Amino acid sequence: MIKNYGQRYTFPIMVWLTVFFVIPFSIILVGSFLEKGLYGGFEPAFSIEAYKALMSDTMRKVTLNTIFISVATTVLTVLLALPTAYHIARSPYKEKLLFLVIIPFWTNFLIRIFAWIAVLGNNGLVNNFFVNIGIFNSPVQLLYNKWAIILIMIYTSLPFAILPLYAVIEKFDFSLLEAARDLGATKSQSMFKILIPLILPGISTAVLFTFIPAFGNFAIPDIVGGTDVRMLGNIINERLKTARNWPSAAAISMILTTISVVMVLLFNRIISSKERKIGGNI
Amino acid sequence: MKDVLVRSHIKHRISGSFFWFTMLFFYAPLLVLIVFSFNEGRSMNFTGFSFKWYKVLFFDSAKLWGSFYNTLLIAVTSALVSTVIGTLGAIGIYWYNFKMKRYLEVVSYLPIILPEIIIGVSMLMFFAGMNMPLGLSTIIIAHITFNIPYVLLIVIARLSEFDYSIIEAAHDLGATEMDTLLKVIIPMCIPGILSGFLMAITLSVDDFVITFFVTGPGASTLPLHIYSMLRFGLSPAINALSVILIVGSLAMAFMSKKLFKHMFN
Repeated sequence: MIKNYGQRYTFPIMVWLTVFFVIPFSIILVGSFLEKGLYGGFEPAFSIEAYKALMSDTMRKVTLNTIFISVATTVLTVLLALPTAYHIARSPYKEKLLFLVIIPFWTNFLIRIFAWIAVLGNNGLVNNFFVNIGIFNSPVQLLYNKWAIILIMIYTSLPFAILPLYAVIEKFDFSLLEAARDLGATKSQSMFKILIPLILPGISTAVLFTFIPAFGNFAIPDIVGGTDVRMLGNIINERLKTARNWPSAAAISMILTTISVVMVLLFNRIISSKERKIGGNI
Repeated sequence: MKDVLVRSHIKHRISGSFFWFTMLFFYAPLLVLIVFSFNEGRSMNFTGFSFKWYKVLFFDSAKLWGSFYNTLLIAVTSALVSTVIGTLGAIGIYWYNFKMKRYLEVVSYLPIILPEIIIGVSMLMFFAGMNMPLGLSTIIIAHITFNIPYVLLIVIARLSEFDYSIIEAAHDLGATEMDTLLKVIIPMCIPGILSGFLMAITLSVDDFVITFFVTGPGASTLPLHIYSMLRFGLSPAINALSVILIVGSLAMAFMSKKLFKHMFN
């Protein structure tokens, strides 16, 4: 009988993640059902006030903004990432092209945001150019709206969508498509019954890698959203640091958590059911 | 046959134009930063070539270099600790069954899928509850926490390339568990451990959101410093800083590519 060393090996990770992840996370969960303290913090009394307050008009507007921005970002990112990943996977220079995708991935996140401020800001390149040649009389505000947030979110998440898509397309056996066509399938049949199902796990990963960071984003709308467009992440920060309403910050965090976990479970399910179906057919 | 060739050629051209559009999208803004870092004036009108902003960056930005030092300290410390904890965890999870294994699997998967802000907010509330003063130490703790799951995943991926019979063989030949760990398991995991470490360094250097929530007075990091420049007044020195960081990330990307190639061959 080999002695079970599993417990020993996992002791540090077990302790660390319990103390610094599970306990802090439980604070959010429990805190969202407590009353707010006078100067931040919680009062130990049960209350669902924080969740009730989510129904306010402001919160409804912010939630709709958040959903719109993250869905638009995800759709556009995946649509752009698919042909890009396809091209890389089918190219004889795969490694070199892939490297071109990885460089922005290594570049500091805030610098990538800053690059867009330098291009689109009120004193940015585009405005300067159009003012100088006399098309604009004065700078036009290109940032500080929904579309600026979406543009920059696509910019930051694109490598995360391209890499998993590349991984599945690269493994895909393209002779299967020819075989399907030879056996009489139409072009769209071979596309939707062979290619899409087989690369679906990659598409799901790309969707998750784009949607969850977009939905819970705080930095991008904080920097280029201005005062008009706020997302749930900004409200959490505001409730925590300015309004000092911790239960409210905790309740919104719970909403973000729930949606992220549901998305992951849903997509895992889609992936595994598709895999079973394909396996069954073969 | 010709028809198929023509069709695939056209398809290729379409995906190719998407690819080059993406590249233009990726690199045009970065190129703008590089060009304007050499601008003499403050504005986005190119008035003349100058190294002025690089001078400002290197000789007149003490605060920035202070936060750069903090960033390095945090990255190296948190990467070392999370690599040790994550590697041991990976060995335990991959090869053994034990009580609460399912719990550990869920708990080490969650920090990866949750939005960063959740980790930041929960840790801030935790530190406040513990009356821990916010600063470098809380940032390091937070970074170790979000790095562990990535190291774990990377090392597990490496372990899955090996057969457990190697371990059994070591045991059969009389090795103690400690011998096996130090002389068999760790050496064969080295590529995984190194890439986990590198990943941890990268994530730590790049992290803004979690650091933003758990930082305290005086504990600035490079991303926090850039953020305050973005929010409260731009100096063209940030162009120069961006270029240095872009060049740095290029070097990192090349190095990691070389390193991986070297390790896996």
